[in-house]
Amino acid sequence: MARFGHRTLEKNSILMLVVTLIVVSIGGLVEIVPLYYLDSTVEKVRGMRPYTPLELVGRNIYIREGCYNCHSQMVRSLRDEVDRYGHYSLAAESMYDHPFQWGSKRTGPDLARVGGRYSDDWHREHLIRPKNVVPESIMPGYPFLQERPAELDAVEADLRANAALGVPYTEEMIANARADAAAQADPESDGAEAVMARYPKAQVRDFDGNPDMVSEMDAMIAYLQMLGTLVDFDAFRAEGEALR
Amino acid sequence: MRVAANCLWLGLFGAGGLYGLLMVQRAVDLGFLLHGILFLAFCLAAVALTVRLALSPPPARALPDDRPHYNDAIVRAGVIASTFWGLIGFAAGLWIALQLAFPALNFDLPWTNFGRLRPVHTSAVIFAFGGNVLIATSFHVVQRTCRTRLAGHVAPWFVFWGYQLFIVLAASGYVLGITQSKEYAEPEWYVDLWLTLVWVAYLLVFMATLARRREPHIYVANWFFLAFIVTVAMLHLVNNAALPVSFFGSKSYIAWAGVQDALTQWWYGHNAVGFFLTAGFLGIMYYFIPKQAERPVYSYRLSIVHFWALIFLYIWAGPHHLHYTALPDWAQTLGMTFSVMLWMPSWGGMINGLMTLSGAWDKLRTDPVLRMLVVSVAFYGMSTFEGPLMSIKAVNALSHYTDWTVGHVHSGALGWVGFVSFGALYVLAPVVWRRERLYSQRLVEWHFWISSIGIVLYITAMWVSGIMQGLMWRAYDSLGFLEYSFVETVEAMHPFYVIRALGGALFVAGALIMAYNLWRTTRGDIRESEPLAGSPAMAPAAA
Amino acid sequence: MEYESVRIFAATWGLVALVVMFAVAVAYALWPRNRAKFRDAARIPLKED
Repeated sequence: MARFGHRTLEKNSILMLVVTLIVVSIGGLVEIVPLYYLDSTVEKVRGMRPYTPLELVGRNIYIREGCYNCHSQMVRSLRDEVDRYGHYSLAAESMYDHPFQWGSKRTGPDLARVGGRYSDDWHREHLIRPKNVVPESIMPGYPFLQERPAELDAVEADLRANAALGVPYTEEMIANARADAAAQADPESDGAEAVMARYPKAQVRDFDGNPDMVSEMDAMIAYLQMLGTLVDFDAFRAEGEALR
Repeated sequence: MRVAANCLWLGLFGAGGLYGLLMVQRAVDLGFLLHGILFLAFCLAAVALTVRLALSPPPARALPDDRPHYNDAIVRAGVIASTFWGLIGFAAGLWIALQLAFPALNFDLPWTNFGRLRPVHTSAVIFAFGGNVLIATSFHVVQRTCRTRLAGHVAPWFVFWGYQLFIVLAASGYVLGITQSKEYAEPEWYVDLWLTLVWVAYLLVFMATLARRREPHIYVANWFFLAFIVTVAMLHLVNNAALPVSFFGSKSYIAWAGVQDALTQWWYGHNAVGFFLTAGFLGIMYYFIPKQAERPVYSYRLSIVHFWALIFLYIWAGPHHLHYTALPDWAQTLGMTFSVMLWMPSWGGMINGLMTLSGAWDKLRTDPVLRMLVVSVAFYGMSTFEGPLMSIKAVNALSHYTDWTVGHVHSGALGWVGFVSFGALYVLAPVVWRRERLYSQRLVEWHFWISSIGIVLYITAMWVSGIMQGLMWRAYDSLGFLEYSFVETVEAMHPFYVIRALGGALFVAGALIMAYNLWRTTRGDIRESEPLAGSPAMAPAAA
Repeated sequence: MEYESVRIFAATWGLVALVVMFAVAVAYALWPRNRAKFRDAARIPLKED
């Protein structure tokens, strides 16, 4: 045993560690790094904008409740999916998503283009008790969304964090985040027009039908109703060999 | 040296306790407050434990007869934790399987709905059960194959208890709605940071033990364990890079966005399978099968090629989770190509494990523990054949988003990871508790058969439901319209969800039998009434 | 960065590098002088403990 000095042994296991680390790094580097540098990765489209503050609050509820466990937000470029859900999803459509919500399982249908497909009333009924509108549904009910006020006080900090990560929120958007969130659920308010000006195609409505409170239901429906509605597909051309 | 180390640990836990106080005092949300209290309690307990360890006489590295004085206490703790979390994780899986069959079981409450409980199940089985099995077996194997005591006095216990804290923070967070929504990486930023600290300590303990080994060679099982530890660290750090909204709140935003985040996630996600659930458990296979079969591994050379090919190829396979999505085609093709190539090292490993039995196949008849280990390798072969198949774009177009994927995961998780873990736990318990043998071989037989039937029910139900749903989604009627609405395909799943839950129930029942058997073994009980085959394989694992 | 230039690099130098890596690993495993070393290593789990 003596001929194996402590030092060589230590060197061997460290060498092992280093070589392993190099070998396992290669694949990830080759696949992920070009996604940041290849121009063709994210399409140039018209219409994408960051989430309104209320939509972002709704998105965070979507994440909190684990909706991604059963719903994808990624229409694949397959004939039946395009027939069922609409235009296949573009990388540009999730370019401001931290994190992405593409999902991996469709226990329920894809939601990438659910915006505008159903009325606010339908969504409210469906979220409270899915079986009321879809008798065969196996989705859980979320009646508590209706009762809980949406957490709007922190939304300014949420926008600021997103901006720090590269989402193009302006200082003006951040400063007005709290007011915009409330105004989007109250079409009668003074701020309603400002929301639409700052966030093109923003939908300003009392989503949950309860004018007394901006509820989590308001935020959730605001988010669902905007999904897939931003990109102007009339102006989109899928060109370039790396696209598809 | 030892005093300095103890002081360092006390200082770290003290600082942690102060930070815990700060968490409690300044928390901006309820979840963060509760986690602050938990963290504070953990640090106080850690200080007490460190003081107790510091005051106890230092353990000798070697016994008086110069044999190594192994740290078996940490392995015993790992066996108990593995069994405990296994039961929790399997039961959680059964519960959410029943929710899919009978949605009323959601109760429509925030804390009990499927969306929050599904990560509890996945994290409990992968990280709580699988992670504890890996900690226990790697600490056992590295000591025995290096013929030296595990490095560190406080450090191994920090790894063990720190990891349990990670599990509790993660699972309680999901129930409270604290999640990053990245599959198998749901814990929020502060839990991720805590796991990073624990993981660095794990790596250091493992490396330091390798460095003080009294064997000239580093046995191949340790290569797999080392690759598992270091690669998981890399994946964890990159995938979880995030910016907290407040340093005293639970919410954060992931640094990556959209398509880049999607590939980073599945680079992580697939290699959580490749390194956590495969490389680590191959380390288990390479020690416990030769040990239980009492023969060296079939080909050590093959194990070397197996190791390097596996760790190199696995990393590339992630994009096969994103076929036909907005991920660029070149990345999809690359992912598919490497996934298909991955079939070869996977089967190399399987052949190496199975052929270790060559010349001793009769032991499968008499030794149910060995049978469990060998069947796990067969399941490994099956799911690593199915995986490359499903990574082919044309197949994936049908299978993706359906239960076929769920069935595939479970043939690997229940059949491979589950069975190889059960086998290892059955081998470990008599060794680390210094018992003559297991309480009952016959109960192992029961566990084996009940679980096997459960797995078969589970994966066949998911094959049928997955392929059926995939076909229904793409079915067109004679007029060129989609034939089925989405909800019609959901309705068609019901009988298979019931069968799947039944399979899951059998698997849980098997695990309960194991827990009972292991508990009686730790007490030193031996079931007298069973007629033993009396073969050498029934002899106690040498202690 | 252009897709085309990356593709050409991958099909030339990238390919060569991967083949060399594979050859090194296989050569190490099959090198005759390593035979005894591996035979000893394979028996480690079977030693009495």
